[in-house]
Parts: sequence; structure tokens; C-alpha cells
Amino acid sequence: MKKLICVIIAVLLISGLFVLSFLGESNTEVDVVDEKYYENDFKGIELNVFNWGEYISDGSEGTLDVIAAFEKKTGIKVNYTTYESNEAMYAKIKSGSVSYDIIIPSDYMIARMRTEGLLKEIDYSKIPNYQFIDDRYMDAYFDPENKYTVPYSVGMVGLIYNKTMVEEEPDSWGAMWDERYKGNILTFNNSRDAFAIAQFYLGLDVNSTNKADWDKAAAKLKEQNPLLQGRVMDEVFNKMEAGNAALAPYYAGDYLTMADVNPDLGFVYPKEGTNIFVDSMCIPSNSKNYEAALMFINFMLEPEVGLANAEYICYATPNTEVIDHPDYSLAGNEILYPENQDEIKTEYYHDLDDETRKYFEKLWEEVIIN
Amino acid sequence: MTKAKSGQVALNAPYLLWAVAFIVVPLIFVAYYAFTTADGGFTFQNIITFFTHKQYMTVFWRSMLYALWATLICLLIAYPFAYCMSKVNMSSQRMLMLLVMLPMLMNLIVRTYSWQQILERNGLINKLLESIGLEPVQFLGNAGVIIFGMVYNYLPFMILPIYSSISKVDKSLLEASNDLGCNAFGTVRRVILPMSLPGILSGITMVFVPCVSTFYISRQFSDGNIKMIGDVIEDKFYRSSVPDYNIGATISLVLMLIILISLAVVNKFSDGDDESGGGVVI
Amino acid sequence: MSKLRWIFIGIILILLYAPIIVMIVFSFNEANSTSIFEGFSLRWYKDLFQYGGDLLGALRNTLVLAVLSSVISTVLGTVAAVGISKMKKAWVKSSVMSVTNIPLMNPEVVTGISMMLMFVFVGKMLDLANSVNFFTILIAHITFGLPYVILNVLPRLRSTDKHLTEAAMDLGCTPVQAFFKAVLPSITPGIIVGFIMAFTMSLDDFVISYFTNGTYQTLPLLIYSMTRKPMKPDVYALESIMFLIILVLMILLNVIQNDDKKKGARLKK
Repeated sequence: MKKLICVIIAVLLISGLFVLSFLGESNTEVDVVDEKYYENDFKGIELNVFNWGEYISDGSEGTLDVIAAFEKKTGIKVNYTTYESNEAMYAKIKSGSVSYDIIIPSDYMIARMRTEGLLKEIDYSKIPNYQFIDDRYMDAYFDPENKYTVPYSVGMVGLIYNKTMVEEEPDSWGAMWDERYKGNILTFNNSRDAFAIAQFYLGLDVNSTNKADWDKAAAKLKEQNPLLQGRVMDEVFNKMEAGNAALAPYYAGDYLTMADVNPDLGFVYPKEGTNIFVDSMCIPSNSKNYEAALMFINFMLEPEVGLANAEYICYATPNTEVIDHPDYSLAGNEILYPENQDEIKTEYYHDLDDETRKYFEKLWEEVIIN
Repeated sequence: MTKAKSGQVALNAPYLLWAVAFIVVPLIFVAYYAFTTADGGFTFQNIITFFTHKQYMTVFWRSMLYALWATLICLLIAYPFAYCMSKVNMSSQRMLMLLVMLPMLMNLIVRTYSWQQILERNGLINKLLESIGLEPVQFLGNAGVIIFGMVYNYLPFMILPIYSSISKVDKSLLEASNDLGCNAFGTVRRVILPMSLPGILSGITMVFVPCVSTFYISRQFSDGNIKMIGDVIEDKFYRSSVPDYNIGATISLVLMLIILISLAVVNKFSDGDDESGGGVVI
Repeated sequence: MSKLRWIFIGIILILLYAPIIVMIVFSFNEANSTSIFEGFSLRWYKDLFQYGGDLLGALRNTLVLAVLSSVISTVLGTVAAVGISKMKKAWVKSSVMSVTNIPLMNPEVVTGISMMLMFVFVGKMLDLANSVNFFTILIAHITFGLPYVILNVLPRLRSTDKHLTEAAMDLGCTPVQAFFKAVLPSITPGIIVGFIMAFTMSLDDFVISYFTNGTYQTLPLLIYSMTRKPMKPDVYALESIMFLIILVLMILLNVIQNDDKKKGARLKK
């Protein structure tokens, strides 16, 4: 008898949790440019969307739940999954294990996937909202003829520092090799970004295919090893917010999030130059739902959707309608949209040939495993 | 075929098919990838590369060393803990058992994240130290804290089998040992320790295996400073810009073989125990 | 002596629970931070259940997967245990047991990778669009759940009286009836324990799912991919609720086992 009661309670608990998971109604109200556009006969298909983790307005605290809003508007079911790095996404696509319909890689990864034939051309005539994209982001090197990509979000890497822990405000990547900050320096925990900092500092080309250049950068990184506190990605938020480290390179938009918590933080685009990236929506070549994917892209460009995403992600947006939107709280922010933008030296990462890639990954192993 | 025999087949066939298809065959695939090139040709090169590559060897021996340390520390904590546990009254024992099991059923990522907040430069422990006038300590980022992380995560796997073997020791044996003039220490050494050996061996394997192959724990606790062999495997499949399934499979294969061989050795020692495998069932 | 014993036990328990306590405390944080506590509030619990969102979706996926996989491994595992217990040849039995132990003994990362390699290979061979999908992650979870069920049911079968089935058949039962009427009740506690273990292991699995998931994202996988922004306290809130539920499940499990032991003791007398 006792046993039976226990089993019943257990079943009730688990089903209770299951019911709880259906609770909550997110905000799906959105005005679109052209309501008619979303009339469709795609009912019943499932769209596989593969995006960075936490890279879309998810409905928290009453914001727009973009995926739910799209599902409601179109009746298309979205399988939304997330990845933690360009490389993890690439590995999944390359292995051919899943057919995704939308992915949002960064520039250099787009170039690579394009040359490897992993992307499908986009029919822009089916994406009326494409007109909102800022011209500045067209004809980019990774998609010179504007065939494969629709820009989603834009960012630049800068140096974040804790004003109470540095002796003077840094203006150069050199601060990351400064003995005075030994044990208080963080850097990226991925090869390309970590190398780029050494390359900018040394005045080398981040897209060099000359092995000697990479050797120099690797030597510089090894010099940095004893000064580092750690190699981090998202851990940087907690570390900088709580004042655990003095210096960290990270993305401009993320600095804004951190500075909200810790006003002691400062930010600079180092004078030697820095990386700029554009994450763009693409359709993989093995997509099974091409038309619905185009509709999804168009939806992401809706001014209200773009606005919700820009506010959530906190990076610069390529959508002109969002920039001019009266409700856009980050409009004119001097970190995201610096007035002297053209004076800041920026460099895209380019896709490198396989040999160089293998070479610098080998160097990277030597830098981090010692 | 007799009726009994066909019944026997019907009972065994589904599971045997399942086990072959989803346990045995996948392992053959690991071996296949380990002995082929990217184009599918047969090769020994991957194995040679692994054993001659300086960085891989560094990481490999480091993982072995850290896992051994973690296992040893787990044993040194878990044995007295399990012994103490077996000495309290019955209902407390059951409660303690539950309390020991519970943390390992929680999300690994969240627990690790939470530890980082505790151990950070300005984390909870350092705030405590500062409030009593001590200098803050940089906990994260070194080998010691990785071992700590592994001990924390896998300690229950050591406690539970040892506890279950200690609690099986017959009370009358202890009394007999007392009557024969053994003091408490002597009883532990001569009676309890030998009787709990199967539990210890099973605990050692259950801690060592996940420790040596861990990824994530090492990365998070060392602030990304120190890689272990599991991290390298993850890199080869998901994180490197030149994913290499073949070398990834090679490292996995070597790791697996070493573990299975050491398990076989350990099992030889614990021959006396029946097939339930000591503490495998918690 | 007994005091010292409790102090030692207490210290180790504090060590084991420190991160969980911190997690629960910060789930009540008023600020959007998991490192700086600014005051008590139910903000994150409210946020979680008022607006739903991806965390709840992932929770749903996790639960569906855990229930399905643990039910299937329980059925399959129980049948397998009965079959194994009837095996006559020792070498057959021991080799089947060795294979059964592999998922427990093999490093998780190797198990995950081995399955991924096979699924991708088979997918390519059959020209499937999605060679890893819901079914592959389900297969993976069933596979690592099976040993927990088998290893919990087998000892029960061994201690069940061998003549029970014969007696039932003498009384006119068919072998199947005899199993359900005579054997099943005595092995039920083992089945329940195996089921709950398979269930909780599936709930919490990260490593194996990481390699076999396709477009089916569970909670641990979602949390792992949160690298662009810091983890918010709403994750802590959800995990605190999960903690509570697992706690209750374990207490129930304890009651069942306890009840059973008492009964066993009574029978012996």
C-alpha cells in the first residue's frame, strides 16, 4: 500500500513538472510590415533553426518571444537548437548528420562554408524586408556578390578593463603583456581570437598565410602565458562584473551588459586595430524547407522583431529600420555605433586555406598545452 | 526446438540484438575511424601520431596523474566517511545515503558554474577570508583545483560502494575480533578492510574512469588554462577549426582500451565478488 | 567519538552541497547576476513561469526523453534480466554481463562518440536527411539506462525462490501467467529502483546527449550552449525546482526500498 502511494506521488510529481513546462505565455504580439506575406501553405512542416546560444529575443521578462511569434504567425513549427561556437556548428553541418534550414555563422565561417559548397543561394526577391539592411554590410568579402547571406548582427572586439585595477587607461593591446597586471589578464579561449590579439599587437596580418607570421604570433602568445589568469568565453561576464580580473578582450555589446553591473569597467578599441564580425543568416545546401526558410529570414528582418533582437543581444544591428526606431534604447550608443567608426582600424577574419588552418591549430596546441 | 528453448530465445533476443547494435557495433566504429585516414584508407598513422605527438602525450600523462590523485583523495575521504556512516543508527544511515547520492543527480554544468562563483578571486570564500583579515587566494586556474573539482564530482561514487561493502560485514565478526583481543584499529585493519576490499576496488574504478576522461570540469575549474585528454577529444570533434574524427577516435580508442584493461586487472582482484559487480548498483 | 564522527560527516556534506546551496540562494537574487547578491526576490521564478521561453521548452524535451527512455529500458531490461537469470552456460552469462557493463564502465565521452560515429555512418549510407535526431538520442539514453535496470533486477531474481514458478505452474498457470503472478511481484522493487535510476540519469545526462542529439535539445545541452551571454539566475531557479523534485523522488525511492526490507525481514522470521 505504502509502495503504491509512493509510486503515485512520483508519477504525479513528474507529470506535474511536465504540466509546469507548458505554463507561461510569452509575448508573441508583433506588427509586421506586410501581413499578407506570411499567408502560406507550409502548415505541418518543421523548420530546423540552428543559432548561437542566447542570440535571439526569447521572451524573458515580457520581451518578444521571436520563435513563438513566428510559429503563431505562420503555423510553421520551429525546431530551435543552439551552438556554442562557429566550429561546433560547422562540425555538425559538415558531418551531414542534420539538415538545418537556417544557420547564423560569422563571416570567416561563411566564407569557408561557401567555398565548400555547404550553402544555398538565397532568393532575395522572396525577402522584401531585405531592403532594410544597411548598405555598409553589403558586398562584404565573404559574400562579394550578395548571394548567400543576410546580415543578422554586427560586433567588434575591444579591450575591457577595470578602472580600479589598472594604473592608466589602456589604449593598446600591449596592456595584455604588461607585467604589472600579471595574474589579472584574461584572453579568449579560442584559437582565432587569441591569435588575432597577438597579430594586431605585432602589426601582423590576421589573415596571413605566411607560416613565419603565425610563428611570431605564437611566440608572443607563449610570452603571455605566465601573465594570464585564464582563457575564457562567457565566464568573462562573471569575472569582469565581480572585479576578478583587470583586463579582458571581448565583444563591445557585452561590455555594455557588464558595465550595467559593474560601473568601474571601461572599454577601448585598441589603436593597433581590432576584429569586426558580421553574423549572417544562411541556408545550408541540404535544407529541405527552402521557401519557409526565406520566410523565417524575412520575419527576422521585421522592424519590431529586429528591435527585440537588437535589445536582447545588445550588439549593433545592420537593420536601418531598427536603428531609426524611436524605441531603440541603444541608438547612438558610442560603444556600439562609435562616431569615429571610420577611424577605428578594423579587420574581418578571412577564411584561411586548409594548410594554414592546420598549421595555426597545431601552434595553438603548443601554446595552450605546456 | 522445444517450447522452453523458444521461450528462452524470445526472452533474450531483443536485449542481445540491442546490445550488439548499440553497444558493440559503435565501438567497432571507433576502431574503424582510428585505423583509417580521412579518405577511408587503412593506416596505423593515427596511432603513431598519438604516441609520438609531444602535446598529446603531455595531456595523456597529465590526465592519468590527475585522475590517480583524485581517486586517491576520494578514497582517503570516502573510506572514513563510509565507516562513520556505518556506525550511526539505521535511519540516519539511510538519510545519509540519500544525501550523498543527491548532488550527483544534479546538472553538472550548473554545479560547476556555481563552484566557480564560490572559488573566484572575489568569490564567497575569499570574501569570507577577507572579512577575517586574510589575503584573498587565487583558487581557480591550477592543477589542484581541477583535482578538487573531480573529487567533488565523483566522491559519491567512492562512498556508496565502500559503504555498501562495510555495512555487509557481519556484526558477529566484529564482536569475535574484539573477543580475540583486537582493538578498534586492529578490527578495522584485520577484519573490515579486507572485507570491504571489493567495495574499494569498485569505488576506485567508478571514480578513476570518469576522472581520466573528463572534459568541461577541467576547462571550467582551470579557467581554460589546463587541458585534459577529454578536452582534446572534444576539440577534435567539435571545437577545432580543422575537425579530425580519425585522431579523435584514436584517442578515444586508446583511452578505452587502457581503461578496460585496468578494469580487467581490478576484476581479477575482486574475483570473490559475484556478478552484481560490488557497488556498480548503487 | 560519536560527535567527531558527525563533524566529519557534516564537513563532507557541506562540501557536497555548497554549490547547490549557492545555486538555490542566487535563484532568489533580485539582480540579474549569479555572482553578486542584491536582495531577495521571486523575480526569476516568476519570469520562468510567466513567460515560458526556451528553458521550459528544453525542460519539456528533457522530460519526454527521460520518461520514454526509462520506460523502454525498464521493460527491455527486465525481460533481459529474466533471460539472463535463466542462462545455463556460465561463459554465455558472463560474456553477456560484460557487454551489459560496458556502458557503465566506458568513459561517457567514448560512448557518445562511438554512437555518433555509427549514426552518422548509417545515416550517410541510407542517405537520411537527419542521421542524428530524436530517435538516436532516445536510443542512446535507453542504452545507458539498460544496465541500471538489469543490475537492479538480477539480484532480486536470484533471491526469488526458484520453485515459485514451478509451484505456480503446478497450480495450473501458464509460464507467462506464472511470471506475472508469482515472480513479478517479488522483483518489482528492483524494477522500480532501476527505473528511477535510469530516469534520473537521463534527466541529467550531458556528455552522451552532446554527441547524439541532432535537433532535439535537452536542458543540459541548452545550458552548455549559453556562451554568448552569462547564465542568468532563471537557470538556477529551474534547477532549484528540479533539485526539489529529485529530492522527493529519492525519498520515495528510499521509502519503497525500506518498506521492502522490512517485509523481507518479517518473512525471514
